[in-house]
Amino acid sequence: MFFTKGLVFSYNHSTRFQFADVHANAGSALLITGKSGSGKTTLLHLLGGLLKPKAGQVVVNDTDMAQLSGSALDQFRGAHIGIVFQQSHFVESLSILDNVLLAAALAGKIPDKTEAIRVLDALGIAAQAAKKPAKLSQGQQQRANIARALINRPALLLADEPTSSLDDDNTAMVADLLSELAERYKAALVIVTHDQRLKNRYATSIELD
Amino acid sequence: MIAKIAFQNMLYRPLSWLLSWLLLAAGIAIISLLLLLQQQLENKVTRSIEGIDMVLGAKGSPLQLILSAVYHADSPTGNISWKEARPWMKNPQVAQAIPLAYGDTYKGYSIVGTDTSYLRFFNATPAQGRVFEKNFDAVAGANVVSKTLLKLGDQFYSAHGKEDAGEEHRENAYTLTGILAPTGTAVDNLILCTIPSVWAMHEHHGEEAGDEHPDDASEKAVPLQEKAGEHSKDHVPTEEHHEEEDAREITALLIKCRGPMAALTMPRMINDKTKMQAAVPAIEINRMFSLLGVGFDGLKKMGWGILLLSSFSVFIALYSNLQARKYELALMRTMGAGRFKLFYLVLLESWMLCFAGFWSGIVLCRALLPIISGAVEQSYKFTLDRIAFVSGDEWKLLVATLMLGFFAALIPAWKAYSMDISKTLSHA
Repeated sequence: MFFTKGLVFSYNHSTRFQFADVHANAGSALLITGKSGSGKTTLLHLLGGLLKPKAGQVVVNDTDMAQLSGSALDQFRGAHIGIVFQQSHFVESLSILDNVLLAAALAGKIPDKTEAIRVLDALGIAAQAAKKPAKLSQGQQQRANIARALINRPALLLADEPTSSLDDDNTAMVADLLSELAERYKAALVIVTHDQRLKNRYATSIELD
Repeated sequence: MIAKIAFQNMLYRPLSWLLSWLLLAAGIAIISLLLLLQQQLENKVTRSIEGIDMVLGAKGSPLQLILSAVYHADSPTGNISWKEARPWMKNPQVAQAIPLAYGDTYKGYSIVGTDTSYLRFFNATPAQGRVFEKNFDAVAGANVVSKTLLKLGDQFYSAHGKEDAGEEHRENAYTLTGILAPTGTAVDNLILCTIPSVWAMHEHHGEEAGDEHPDDASEKAVPLQEKAGEHSKDHVPTEEHHEEEDAREITALLIKCRGPMAALTMPRMINDKTKMQAAVPAIEINRMFSLLGVGFDGLKKMGWGILLLSSFSVFIALYSNLQARKYELALMRTMGAGRFKLFYLVLLESWMLCFAGFWSGIVLCRALLPIISGAVEQSYKFTLDRIAFVSGDEWKLLVATLMLGFFAALIPAWKAYSMDISKTLSHA
């Protein structure tokens, strides 16, 4: 589970964000919406430890990431946070399976092939395991993205506009998968999006302004 | 896992690395080829003049005399009178003197009349058969038989001059009585016999001197003069016969002096006071090396130029590849990879490329060596060893290549290291 307290961030003198406190429990979901420029991506990056706040706390599994830096932060991130991006990014030269195994290896865990295939299977793409990412359809790529984010059983699963580039069918499927798997793996799910299609799916949501 | 990514990345976009790899291989091949050629040339050349302090021969270019009398790679400067040369053999300052009489060839290989001390001097021993005992016995060097297909007991005729199509001496045939083991010197490419054999070959030549001389600019040897009176063809001349031989000529005399002082003073004396010249092999060969060295160094610089260019192309390939992969690298950071891991990834890609390029270059060099040595053998009768293993200098070349790889990777690796994850991912 995670929570934030008094988060403040500024890119420069003119742009400054002061975020309301957010939190989510293991296995539950939180939707964060808002217009572009409202700081959604900034908040997500802060939650993911990709940005350092000016003030405030970001606590994941009882560790305040705002206090970590350097390789300690990198390692914590790899082990406890999974991020699903809007555009699926992969290591293009590796197969989907190797990409998933890489996520485990970089987090300091021993890559377990069976577990990786199991996760891919849960997302319905076990058959594509040996293929390179470029060979997959968009929907399949997004699902592989999720598999990569989940392999380490993260405490926090962040999704940045996960469905914005997908059609309605794929959107429904991805949204279902995210909720179901987050619950199964006991991760706190946070989705940042402006996609209207997701608005009514989640009980808890926050709007940024 | 980083190594796996680096390796897979090379295979995934091969075209972007192809140019760098080719340039690396070409540069390495050129440098390695030159290193090998230079080393072998220097070895063989130096080995052939070991122990020879000076060479007596006809006046002319000293380098030509050395090339002709020691390596048999050039035409002689002329002949010298046996009467004038022989006293020098008994000079107290002379430790050893070996007379040579040559000018004829068989299928392009020089036939040299000498005595058995020549064989001992160059540590040439028969691998098959025996050394020459009678006149017209011949012993062939190791390389001669493979090219001419002569076997023990075969008879053959010599041809006048160096060209293959020279006029054949059909009056007397040589018989191959022995084949020598390889020596790594010019002896491997020679056919040796007694001096009187050579004299006898030219016994009739004096009469025809005016008419049948081949119109050949490279042929400089003056035919041996006919002697008045009889001379038995069947035994090796001893000291008692020299009155008969006084009118004969030989081509050169190889001399080993008794001491360093003699080696310095004798050549001067001979050049100033006699009709012959004394050339010092070490001096002439050094002169030749400095001429050739310029050639080798120039070519090596070109090789290094290509390597530098290839290192630059590696840099460009890495840099542009980085641009294409920045999201991928940012993703790796989010998955837990530290900054240094990314630095190492780029560096590893560069080193893998350099390593592959290096070995391709070495293999290319070894593949080209037989072709080049074939060409050199054709023109210069100079054989090259087919070395299979990497010589000492080539390890240094590997280290240099990896260092070039390091510097080529430095800027792209730094870029990967210092990447701002948030900024990069925001622009996805």
